[in-house]
Formats: sequence, C-alpha cells, structure tokens
Amino acid sequence: MGGLNILIQGGLLGGFYALFAIGLSLSFGIMRLVNIAHGDFIVLSAYVGMLAIQGTGLDPFSSLVIVVPAMFVLGYAVQRGLLNFTLAGGLLPPLLVTFGISVIIQNGLLQGFGAYDHRLHEGPIETASLHLPGGIDVGVYPLVVFAVAVLGIAALQLLFYQTRLGRAFRAVSDDADTAELMGIDNRKLYALALGIAMVFTAIAGVLFGIRTIFDPAAGPIRLILAFEAVIIGGLGSMWGTLVGGMVLGIAQAIGAALNPNWQILAGHIAFLVILIIRPNGLFPRTRD
Amino acid sequence: MTLLLRTQNLSAFYGDFQALFGIDVEIGQGETVAIIGANGAGKTTFLRAVAGALAAPPEAVMFEGRAIGGMAPHDIVRLGIAMVPEGRRLFQSLSVEENLLLGSHSERNGPWSLRRVYELFPRLRELRRLPAPSLSGGQQQMAAIGRALMSNPRLLLCDELSLGLAPVVIRDIYQCLGAITAEGTTVVLVEQDINRALDASARFYCFQEGRLALAAPTKNFDRAALTAAYFGM
Repeated sequence: MGGLNILIQGGLLGGFYALFAIGLSLSFGIMRLVNIAHGDFIVLSAYVGMLAIQGTGLDPFSSLVIVVPAMFVLGYAVQRGLLNFTLAGGLLPPLLVTFGISVIIQNGLLQGFGAYDHRLHEGPIETASLHLPGGIDVGVYPLVVFAVAVLGIAALQLLFYQTRLGRAFRAVSDDADTAELMGIDNRKLYALALGIAMVFTAIAGVLFGIRTIFDPAAGPIRLILAFEAVIIGGLGSMWGTLVGGMVLGIAQAIGAALNPNWQILAGHIAFLVILIIRPNGLFPRTRD
Repeated sequence: MTLLLRTQNLSAFYGDFQALFGIDVEIGQGETVAIIGANGAGKTTFLRAVAGALAAPPEAVMFEGRAIGGMAPHDIVRLGIAMVPEGRRLFQSLSVEENLLLGSHSERNGPWSLRRVYELFPRLRELRRLPAPSLSGGQQQMAAIGRALMSNPRLLLCDELSLGLAPVVIRDIYQCLGAITAEGTTVVLVEQDINRALDASARFYCFQEGRLALAAPTKNFDRAALTAAYFGM
C-alpha cells in the first residue's frame, strides 16, 4: 500500500470519526456538557433506524427522515427534562447523569434486542469503489460518509455565523450568565443545542449501522473515538473536529499498514502524542 | 410622577451570606436616579436582584405595578428592564455588531435600532466588524450600553459605567445619557464615582453594608449627611 493510498483511505475513515464527534463537539462547545452517553446515543440511533426500516420497508438512507426527527425530539427532551437540572453544580453532575443514561441505554437495548449483532443493508453502494489513477481504489461509501461530515460541519458553521440562533449559541458559550441578562432563555437554548447535536448523532448512527455490525455494547468505543477527534481538533472548533477525525483515521491507516494488529493502537498513540505536544488540540476555540 | 419600579423590603442572599437587608426604593417614570455607596454596600446586588439574577420574593420587586421578584432574567428583559453589567461583559467571540444585535434578542419594539445606536456612538459603526475584545475600554462601554438599548428598555440599569476608564472617556459616555433619557427611558446609575453620578441624576440613594442609609435629591443636600451615610461614621 503506497503512502498516498494510506493518506486517502485514512482521511476518508477520519470523516467517519468526525461524524461520530460532531454532536459531542457541539454539546461541549455550547454548554460544556461532557456527554458520556454520546456513543450509546449513536448506537441507539442505529437501532431506531433498524426499527424504522423494519416498520416501513424504507432503505437505511431514507430511514433518516424518521430517525433524525426522533433523535432531535429525544435530545430536546433529555436536556429540558433532565440535564438542565444538573447545570448549576459544575462539571461532575452532568458527567454522572450522562453516565447513568449510558448504562440505561445499553441495558435497555440488551433487554429489547438481545446481545446479537445487527446491520443495516443499503445494497451495492456498500461495496462499490472508484478506480483512481495510480492504482488507488476509493470506496464510494466512505466518500459519501466523508461528504456528509463535511456538509454537516459546513451547515453548522452557517447556523453559527449567519443566524440569530447561532449568534445566541455563541453568546451563551462565551458567558451564559450575561446572555441570560440580555434576554436569552438559556434552558431552551440548551435543549435546542442537544436536539441539534442529536441530529448529527442520528446521521452518524445510521451510517455506522450500514458500515459495520453493532450491538448494545458498541457505544463506549464510539465515544472514545469521538472524544479523541474532538480533543485532537481542539475544543469548540467544528473544522478542528474534522481534522481531528482525519488525524485519527490516518494514524490508524499507517498503523494498519505496518501491522494489522496496530490499527486501533496507532490511533490512540497519535492522540496521546498530540495531547503531549499541544494539550489544547490543534485549533482550540473554546475558553473556559 | 408615575411609579415605574418599587422595591419593598428587598433582601438578597449569596448562599448563606445576606447582601441586602430590606431595601425600599421607588423610581418614577423618566427619572435618572443614582445609587451610590462604598465597595460592598450592595449596589450591584440590588441591580442583579431587580434584573432577576438573584432570587427574591415576587412582591419585593414591583415593575409597572407587576410583581417580578424572582422571575427569570430573560423574562424580565422582555418586560423592559435592561442591564449594562459591571465590567461591560461583552461577548468575546462576537463582533461589535453581533453584540449589539444580541441585545435585540427579546424583540421589544421601541426607538432603538442598530441605526440609532450607531448615531449615538458613531465610533461603533466604524468598529462594527471587529471582535469585541479588540476595542478600548471606553468603546467597549459604549457597545455594552448600545447592547442594552437594543432591547428598548423602559428601565436601564447601569453598573459602574466609569469603572477603569479615563476621565475624558467617562465624560463622553455620560454626555450620551442625555440622548437616552430624552427617549423617556428611566435610568438607574450605580457608581463609586459619587460626583459623576450626582451630576447626572436628580435623586440618589446611598447604600451602606446592604442597607439604605440615605435618600435625597442631588440639589442642596447635606454633604455631612452623605459622608455619614457613605462611610457609616
């Protein structure tokens, strides 16, 4: 495998990790919420997609018209009805509560669906590939996922910098107390923020279910990958999260090229090395 | 004179610490009133309680005859009370214009708009694309006042406008107050700079250690009484 090929395959894989990480990056950036249940919400989305597909006969991509609104509503409700009550007490209460949510989701899925593997089937696109000059083959599906990640982040940037709602999100992120004094209803805004984060979680979940098998315990590993992408990229920076995902993907591709057993390990090592060299990540934005 | 704001026996706490002890204040429609007092007298606490940032019994804060004590700050903004917080507190990652626009989040109608704020502070129009932290202290204070005006308040609470600013800058900012009160806006000035505050207002209240020590008109009051009320001697 040539060096260029490793970069391309790893970079595309990184789009996938970035997609995992967008929701986490958003909820941390706006409300400093470290959502331990983030990976489980991704897996939950895949199961919701599976139910939607079984119930309606839609294909996985089309099932997003059901999964996305469902997860938005769930996110809004969880923030409004539960997490908003944990905000006053510092970092620890939301950490513990989302840890509890994580346990509930994993065991709820285990109870409802058993410990079996599931997959979502999208058809020929899963194995289709493009032949580039130089003997490099690029999978169509990884390309689609990467494009979704880029478009998703671009859409969020538009929201943040071109809309009234986005301006309010940035203000609350800067200084929540003053934002409230200027007429912003922080609690409602936080609920919207987790709702929007869940839109990306829903997309990530369904695309994840098409790419690989999932089971009720698949969440924590997604959480770790998402965390690493967010932290490599720098807290609060959306494009940084994309770069963070790509760094992770490329490190894994390099590791795998050296020895297939080293793929996952190489990603974690890259994460640790960047933490040592740049503890705030590559493009930090959020101030504490 | 129509009463706009009245506090009755208003007390406020930070945890177990009591910062205000039964404050009774009355502010009429269109007045400019100063609240003075030494550091820690409870001036800022009073403003924060009126703005809803601190808990209070409903009847302790009456605004236009309505009990608003303990309401959420964003609901109080919607009723027409705006705050220029101590230390400006502009949003650091927003541009000057975005800071101003954020002030209009409550969508109250009234005389103030982006155009009117730029007429009042022409310098801000030139600086509108810059990030808020790149402005000088005086310019930031103008932006903070403009941001509060964008909510078209009936009552404007100004906390330490002069803090950390050069005398010539303070003079410029206080000159703009006239244009604000000319729109019928009622202004409460909290200041440690006593003379500045008294020059700009018709009446004053002096707080001392969380209690009301003196209330008087700013013309022909007894300086010795003010000294006693201020220092508690």
